[in-house]
Amino acid sequence: MPTLPVPTFTQVVFVLIAAFTVISGLGVVVARNLFHSALLLAATFFGVAGLYVMLEAEFLAVTQILIYVGAVATLITFAIMLTRGAMHGETNPLNRQWGKAALFAFLFLVGLLGYLGGIPWPAPFQAIQADEGLIARLGEQLVTRYMVSLEVMGLLLMVALVGAILLARDDKP
Amino acid sequence: MRGYWADLLSGWLAGLGVPEGIALALAYVVGGTVLLIFAPVLALLLIWITRKVISRIQDRIGPNRVGPYGLLQTVADALKLLSKEDIMPAKADWTTYNLSPILSVFSVLMIVVVVPFGPGLIGVDLNVGVLYVVALGSVGIMAAIMAGWASNNKYALVAGFRVVAQLISYEVPMVLAIVAVVLWTGTMRFGELAARQSLEIFGFNLGLGWFGFLMPGALLVFFIAALAEAEQTPFDLLEAESELIAGFHIEYSGMKFAMFFLAQFLNSWFLGAILATLFLGGWQGPFVDQVPILGVVYFFLKAFGVYLVLQWIKGTYPRIRIDQMTHLAWKVLVPLMVLLITVQAIIQKLPVGAPAQYVLIFLANVAVVAVVVQALGNYYRREEVRSKRAFEPRGLVGSMVPAEKGVMY
Amino acid sequence: MVPLNWYLTVAALLFALGLYGALARRNAIAVLMGIELMLNAANLNLVAFWRYGEQVMALTGQVFAILIIALAAAEAAVGLALIIAVYRDRRTVDVEELDLLQG
Repeated sequence: MPTLPVPTFTQVVFVLIAAFTVISGLGVVVARNLFHSALLLAATFFGVAGLYVMLEAEFLAVTQILIYVGAVATLITFAIMLTRGAMHGETNPLNRQWGKAALFAFLFLVGLLGYLGGIPWPAPFQAIQADEGLIARLGEQLVTRYMVSLEVMGLLLMVALVGAILLARDDKP
Repeated sequence: MRGYWADLLSGWLAGLGVPEGIALALAYVVGGTVLLIFAPVLALLLIWITRKVISRIQDRIGPNRVGPYGLLQTVADALKLLSKEDIMPAKADWTTYNLSPILSVFSVLMIVVVVPFGPGLIGVDLNVGVLYVVALGSVGIMAAIMAGWASNNKYALVAGFRVVAQLISYEVPMVLAIVAVVLWTGTMRFGELAARQSLEIFGFNLGLGWFGFLMPGALLVFFIAALAEAEQTPFDLLEAESELIAGFHIEYSGMKFAMFFLAQFLNSWFLGAILATLFLGGWQGPFVDQVPILGVVYFFLKAFGVYLVLQWIKGTYPRIRIDQMTHLAWKVLVPLMVLLITVQAIIQKLPVGAPAQYVLIFLANVAVVAVVVQALGNYYRREEVRSKRAFEPRGLVGSMVPAEKGVMY
Repeated sequence: MVPLNWYLTVAALLFALGLYGALARRNAIAVLMGIELMLNAANLNLVAFWRYGEQVMALTGQVFAILIIALAAAEAAVGLALIIAVYRDRRTVDVEELDLLQG
């Protein structure tokens, strides 16, 4: 009879955070109220930030909260409030193809998980020193090796900024 | 309480015969409890200070009945709020409505973890400490928007919109002002940032190498942004009584209202403490190396000093409009700070000695101060003309000049 | 320590949820939320692979994740601006009613 593996403290924490993330993610797609969806989306972002901390990517975790919770989720709630009354009563209905969509998503998940199970993933890695060294190196990489991507990203953000203002502004004087 | 103090406490406990693991755990529990109790007690004191200072400015005495100098007035108020009926609007969204005050307090209380109260006296010296504080601010934004929406009240919703617009707008100059410091020091740890602001003269630490002296421009921008982030006057258009009744928390009563109130006061103090740490040397001061406990005294002196300045502004300045608020953030502060950071980055790479770099950065910052002061001065001159027009006969409009100093209209 | 495929499982779950949300919703904003979920799942995968990979100090996964976060912010801004523009014009954000190009 195989003995049950005893979970370590880290594993328990991981399972808690992962469960929180996935349950809020489920809430995002099943909530009847669009605003609740947006709030649960923010909760999911928090959960993912927690997972980043577990992966020792603190900088990314804080960036995630700053940008996703502070900007993206807020933008979404703004858009929800500005388009209030558009959906006549039920704010977050399903469309005609939701059954097919659910089936497709489920099959996709099964496929992914099956694929995951079939691969011998590498054992954990060397320990890293999670300090300024890592963050400094991240900045260094961004402006040396990934310089072009960074510049393109800056350009994209600029274009998106101008484009968003142009699209959303009221033309009537 | 990692480090020196935890070791001290756990070492003392271990000396009494307590096993090492338990001693360390006990030290952590004690540290956590101290931090947890610290915030509410601080809030009581802050509310008392605010009421006293505002009273003095308005030529009143302020609370003076309950306890010595009215110190216990806030306790009495808290008891009153606790005994109030907990009212909830009929069509309010239950979960969101009740979660919002908790999140609001949570987002502020989490800051206490990374504030360095003294040498080595810091909850966790996070390697992303500075960003962590800014990220917690966005949790506060979510709390406000949740309260505004869940109350099912159009005034609360409008106030929620205003909160989001203001907090997001001023987060940008605030982060940029922080970046100026981080660029200079190359660290985001609060403990390290405070430790860097020492000034060694003949081997004696005077503790006056404040970044505020080197970067007055960044300091000023951070201060303005902190005013806005703390929803303090002149940026308190979020709770303009004449337009919005009270802000996004109109529909909250009793203890839930008290929680928003608590969060707001603590937020202003913590932002002041962060400002003191980043620009005013934190716990640095003369004789800190010899007597570490002096650091705590210096830190609290500075933090409360900033808080007093905030209250002074609260008692003196009129409220600004929402368009002026966004104008200041996006057209004045953000471009200025982007320019300043670019200039500072270039200066830091110039092949000149450290003293020349100090001078150049200082000059760039002085230019920023000049532009910001000019913008604010313009604004107040315009407002003076405008408010004067409102009280003058129509035929005289257009012939107006700004009021002379000391002339009453 | 937590095995790598635990992270991948969480990411797969999030991705499937996002996929379902993007396909099955009628409100355009909800569709956008589904897309954000999928982007997060992809990010989680990238960071997990970075952490468990051999060249930790190359930081490729983190750089990618940062770029994707910036991309997601730009996408949300433009997407929501589009939704608001459409709402002004057509008074609806229902993706089933937006069928001008269907002929």
